[in-house]
Amino acid sequence: MSQETPFKQTPSQTVGPYFAYGLTPEQYGYSHAAIADGIMVSGGTEGERIRVEGRVLDGAGDPVNDAMIELWQANAHGHYNHPEDAREDNLLDPEFSGFGRFGTGVDAENRFIFSTIKPGAAGDGQAPHIAVVVFMRGTLSHAYTRIYFSDEQDANGSDPVLNSVPQDRRQTLIARRDDTPGGPVYRFDIHMQGERETVFFDV
Amino acid sequence: MAETDQITPRDWSSHPPYNHPPYRSTELRAPTKPLIPISHTLSERTGPVYGHDGVGPLDHDLTRNGARNGEPLGERIVVTGRVLDDAGRPVPHTLIEVWQANAAGRYIHIVDQHPAPIDPNFFGAGRCVTDADGRYRFYSVKPGAYPWGNHPNAWRPNHIHFSLFGQSLSSRLVTQMYFPGDPLLDLDPIFLASPSEARNRLISEFSIDATEPEFALGYVFDIVLRGRAATPMEA
Ligand SMILES: [Fe+2]
Repeated sequence: MSQETPFKQTPSQTVGPYFAYGLTPEQYGYSHAAIADGIMVSGGTEGERIRVEGRVLDGAGDPVNDAMIELWQANAHGHYNHPEDAREDNLLDPEFSGFGRFGTGVDAENRFIFSTIKPGAAGDGQAPHIAVVVFMRGTLSHAYTRIYFSDEQDANGSDPVLNSVPQDRRQTLIARRDDTPGGPVYRFDIHMQGERETVFFDV
Repeated sequence: MAETDQITPRDWSSHPPYNHPPYRSTELRAPTKPLIPISHTLSERTGPVYGHDGVGPLDHDLTRNGARNGEPLGERIVVTGRVLDDAGRPVPHTLIEVWQANAAGRYIHIVDQHPAPIDPNFFGAGRCVTDADGRYRFYSVKPGAYPWGNHPNAWRPNHIHFSLFGQSLSSRLVTQMYFPGDPLLDLDPIFLASPSEARNRLISEFSIDATEPEFALGYVFDIVLRGRAATPMEA
C-alpha cells in the first residue's frame, strides 16, 4: 500500500462478532493472556471501590451480546497514567492503570461489569467521569461516550462537557449509584437508539 | 508549526458512517442523533499505554503461538508496515492486536458455526509492538474467506482484524486489513462502507522485498492514526 501525502487516516472497520479470542480472551475462557479485563483494581489501588455495570441495548431494546466496552479513567487523585498528564508524580498510583475492557457475551444478562475505583476530579473544572469506548458487530466506527456519577450533582452542574449537551439528554450520561451490601454499584445502560439514546461524542 | 494540545479530528471523509444499510447489522446499532462535539480534555489526550510488557515471546508469530503438534496449514505470510500519525510522524512502541480466521476461513471463536475445519495448530490471535520508527511485523497464514448471513451468498473477503491504541484514547482504531486482488472486495458491504477514496488504504500491498525466501509471502500494510494537531503559524 503506498502512502498518500498528506497522510490520511486509515478507515475504521467493525470489530465484528469474533473479537473475543483476540481482545478479551481470558474473560471468554480462551488460553491466551489478556492485556486488560473488567478488574481494574488490585489490592493496593487507592480510592473508593465501585462496580460499574450495564448493558448495551439496540434499537429494538434488545441487549447486545457481542459488544466490547473499554473504560479509561483517572485514578483516585484525578491523575491519568499517561505522560501527557505531566502533573506531580505524587498523584500517580502505580497500582492503577486506568484501563479496562469487557465483552458482553459471557454474562447471562449480557452486562458489562467493571470493578474499578471512583476517579478523582482532574482539577480542570470537569466533574469526575470515565471515558467509554463502544465497539460491536454492526458498528463500523467505534462510539465514544462518558460516564458521570449521580452523587456528584454539584460537580456535574458545572462540568463543561455535560453543559455542552442538550439538557434533555444529559441524563443518558449519568450512572445511577446504588449502595448494595457488596458495595457501591453504578448502573449505566448504553442505548444505541431510541428515546433514551445515549449521547455519543465526536471525540 | 506549533503543536496544540488537541488531537486531529476524526476524519469522517475517511471513516465509514454508523448507518450503512447494506451492512444490515448497522440498522439497529447505529446512533441516530448527531455526535456532540467535544474539545479534547485530559481524558481524550491521554489513553492506555501498552508497550512490550504484556507481549509474550510468540505473540507476534501466529504460525507458532497456537501450535500443538505441528504447523498450521495454509500459505505462510509476513505482515509488516509502519504506524504513523496523520502528520507522518511514526507512532513508536505502540501495541497492535490482531485476530483472524484460519486458512480455511474458520475462526476459533465458539460462535463461529461455519462448517470449515478448525486447524488444531492455529489459534489466530496475536500481538506486536511498533519499534522506534513505528515499524511492526508479525507472521501468520493467509486467512480464508468465510460466509456470513448478511445477504444471500455473502462472503467476507480475506482479512485480518487490527486493534491499535496509538498515543491517546482519541487515536484508538479498530480496522481490518485486506489483500490485493480479492474479487470479494467489490461485493463486501463492510469494506464498501468506507468512503471510496479511503478504501484502498485498507488493502495491503504484496511486496517481494518483504517476502522471506523459502518461508513466507510479504504484505505491507501502513496504518495512519490520529495524532497531535498542529496550529498554523499565524494562529
Ligand atoms: Fe472477520
